[in-house]
Amino acid sequence: MSEERFDAIVVGAGPSGNAATYTLAQAGLKVLQLERGEYPGSKNVQGAILYANALEELIPDFRDDAPLERHIVEQRLWTMDDSSHVGMHYRSEDFNEDKPNRYTIIRAQFDKWFSSKVKEAGATVLCETTVTELVRDVRGKVIGVRTDRHGATVMADVVILAEGVNGLVGQRSGLRDIVPPDTVALAVKEMHFLPREVIESRFNIKGDEGVVIEAMGTITAGMTGTGFLYTNEESVSVGIGCIVSDFAESEVTPYGLLEAFKNHPSIKPLLEGSECKEYAAHLIPEGGYHAMPELYGDGWLVVGDAGQFVNAVHREGSNLAMTTGRIAAQTVVALHRRREPMTKANLADYRTRLDGTFVMKDLKKYRGIPGFLHRNRQVFDLYPKLFSGAMQTWFRVDGVDKRTKQKAIFNQFRGGRSMLGLVGDAVKLARAWR
Amino acid sequence: MDPKTPASRVKVEEKLFQNRYLVDAGRPHITVRPHDTPSRALRSLVHACPAGCYAENEKGQVEITADGCMECGTCRVVTAKTGEIEWNYPRGGFGVLYKFG
Ligand SMILES: Cc1cc2nc3c(=O)[nH]c(=O)nc-3n(C[C@H](O)[C@H](O)[C@H](O)COP(=O)(O)OP(=O)(O)OC[C@H]3O[C@@H](n4cnc5c(N)ncnc54)[C@H](O)[C@@H]3O)c2cc1C
Ligand code: SF4
Repeated sequence: MSEERFDAIVVGAGPSGNAATYTLAQAGLKVLQLERGEYPGSKNVQGAILYANALEELIPDFRDDAPLERHIVEQRLWTMDDSSHVGMHYRSEDFNEDKPNRYTIIRAQFDKWFSSKVKEAGATVLCETTVTELVRDVRGKVIGVRTDRHGATVMADVVILAEGVNGLVGQRSGLRDIVPPDTVALAVKEMHFLPREVIESRFNIKGDEGVVIEAMGTITAGMTGTGFLYTNEESVSVGIGCIVSDFAESEVTPYGLLEAFKNHPSIKPLLEGSECKEYAAHLIPEGGYHAMPELYGDGWLVVGDAGQFVNAVHREGSNLAMTTGRIAAQTVVALHRRREPMTKANLADYRTRLDGTFVMKDLKKYRGIPGFLHRNRQVFDLYPKLFSGAMQTWFRVDGVDKRTKQKAIFNQFRGGRSMLGLVGDAVKLARAWR
Repeated sequence: MDPKTPASRVKVEEKLFQNRYLVDAGRPHITVRPHDTPSRALRSLVHACPAGCYAENEKGQVEITADGCMECGTCRVVTAKTGEIEWNYPRGGFGVLYKFG
């Protein structure tokens, strides 16, 4: 192995690494992909919603054989307090289109499938191999990687780091800092199995239709975070995630939080009688635009979670991962074809290309949100309680006239937060959203 | 249910029992540096680790049993500043093996 030289090495076989490797191999480059798991996907965790368009750019006919669970026809957004939820549902028959827009997937299975496409395209994929460090030449240019296989090194013109949120290789090589605990969320998740028919009747769906629920409120015990519940073919994925520093400062255990979420009166009936077959935990980089590290340098590029490419507001990550992986690879392919060296100056084209995509535009648009949420905890605690109280006052028919109810609701809000506070929050949110 | 109750602690072992692991016997991938008194950050891991890997011993020091570790990186991020933990991935192929993820 140490004798061989590659045009490119990709570290990691998640969506970003697979997209990069696939693009490189398809263009005829000699590429090696290294993955520490027993098989691609064995270390990976996602909710998981797959956004079709990012994958379609790479594999237009993926729907023919990719392991897709259900296409999503209904989205629920729930604001929860301890005993109730206020929800917004959007359901449309238009989502039952020929080429659906979003699917639920099971990551271990999806990653395995994606990897089979990568191999078909001609890449060499080596699993059970952890990359330990980058190898550099005397001038500091990255020229290969060292692995834990008897310390073997492999050489290449360029290394694409698709190593995910923990990004050990890049950090230990001084390319970026460790993610601060207040910009990263810890999510825990369980897979609950239920018969198809039960899922379909419980969620009011048929065939391959699916429903997803995103939830916020007192379910996170005052911490910044959200919960989710997604329908798969014969299982339901249920999870909850909060900012790591919030977990560290609270007394809450992640599994206790998940138990409480599952036992919430609005969630419990949806899981009734299910069998849990796996418990998983993973970090999500949520710092957004301001947390983005350097994206390229002499002989290297970074893609996916390792580069902080997650849109936390819309819970999009895998599509940003695939898009950045594809664009990084296209940058490399273009330089390779022109026989230009993989220097920092030349690889800067990656950033230029990225700036033209939804990835940078969206991250830039929401650059104020992570900070806003961190400084405004009332969004997760007070407002859900207020909304819920308002709904209850409004819907309960108890002989009280409507004008009095309206006044009571107004006073509940005033009591919870000053008028100035309410208006201030709205303005701040609008600014961050803009 | 109150997420702060210690009762939930019992449940984590049951949860981990569902998972598949290939344990690299005798080669723990995470170690806690010897210490007299743990920092607040290190102590917080007793509740913040999603696999319940950390525990406080009778001397008030924090210990780890990494067998159920899901390699999330939370303990690494939390103690990055204090440097009380040596964190690595398990050797290639070892550690948690998700069937679903
Ligand atoms: C609970 C949860 C829910 C989510 N829900 C959604 C969702 O619904 N939709 C969505 O789009 N996104 C979602 N995301 C985000 C999404 O999962 C990530 O953005 C995406 O997986 C990032 O892909 P990646 O390829 O960059 O990293 P990863 O998927 O983390 O892949 C990194 C790969 O690199 C390997 N690796 C790491 N270090 C080394 C090394 N040194 N040597 C060899 N191999 C190495 C790892 O084993 C892994 O296979 C969610 C995330 C979580 C945790
Ligand atoms: S990596 Fe995660 S699961 Fe493993 S010990 Fe650290 S906090 Fe616990």
